[in-house]
Amino acid sequence: MRIGVVTFPGSLDDSSALRAIRLAGGTPVPLFHASDDLKEVEAVVLPGGFSYGDYLRCGAISRFAPIMSSIIVAAEHGFPVLGICNGFQILCESHLLPGALTRNQGLHFVCTDQPLIIENTSTPWTSGYRKGDRLVIPIKNGEGSFQASTETLHQLESEGRVVLRYADSNPNGSKNDIAGISNARGNVVGVMPHPEQAIESLTGPSVDGLAFFTSILHSLVGR
Amino acid sequence: MATIVVEVMLKAEILDPQGQAVAAALPRLGFTFAKAVRQGKRFEIEVAGTPTPEMLADIEKAAETLLSNPVIETYLVKVEA
Repeated sequence: MRIGVVTFPGSLDDSSALRAIRLAGGTPVPLFHASDDLKEVEAVVLPGGFSYGDYLRCGAISRFAPIMSSIIVAAEHGFPVLGICNGFQILCESHLLPGALTRNQGLHFVCTDQPLIIENTSTPWTSGYRKGDRLVIPIKNGEGSFQASTETLHQLESEGRVVLRYADSNPNGSKNDIAGISNARGNVVGVMPHPEQAIESLTGPSVDGLAFFTSILHSLVGR
Repeated sequence: MATIVVEVMLKAEILDPQGQAVAAALPRLGFTFAKAVRQGKRFEIEVAGTPTPEMLADIEKAAETLLSNPVIETYLVKVEA
């Protein structure tokens, strides 16, 4: 199974995401922002980092990269996309996901091992978890506060589209403790925590993130 | 040549921690006038000649798609001579 990872100028976690796909058993395929070629991958990860230096707004300039025009069209037809951290910000700026990620409450850059609860296991990226699973996955961002209108929040909650929620304490002022959401169809998922940094006990606080990558492989095989 | 100014502000209901930090710093310098501060962005766009209605419509479109994020921000386009 070929899973792509897009490198934008300023991406940081692209090699970690490629590695997570390999350790999960998939074939990682590097994709480049300046090309619109998806190289026949069956799903895409938009990795963390500071694409275009976070100039203007996080993800605002990446949204118009040539690769994004291919990804946006494909995602609207059910192609699986996972946005991690900066990738989540890009998905919101692309309007593939509702809401926006804004400056953390208290202005701190938060870097910590964050307890989380899995809320939705019907997406191809989270099907390997059980609802209510408690995970510990690193977060590392300055603009991770999820904001949306009251109507949008109500829609996300009533349709079960909150995928991941902060447990114990809210690190950044996100509405409803939201750490990750999906689109209506479920194929597009954005999360602020970094599952690709929690795949091995040597380098991560847990291996709780690995199931994001095994889930997508199982989902693609079972399709 | 004219300059077109686009001002972008966070919507009132969106938390503005940067503005709050500025508001908290002012009294430390003895400035006690501020009840609240909101921080925004200002773009100065130089254009050749006098802006036409078509150009202004394009700038409105650019302000809505790139310069601001309508989910969290509002914008204002002004022409300066």
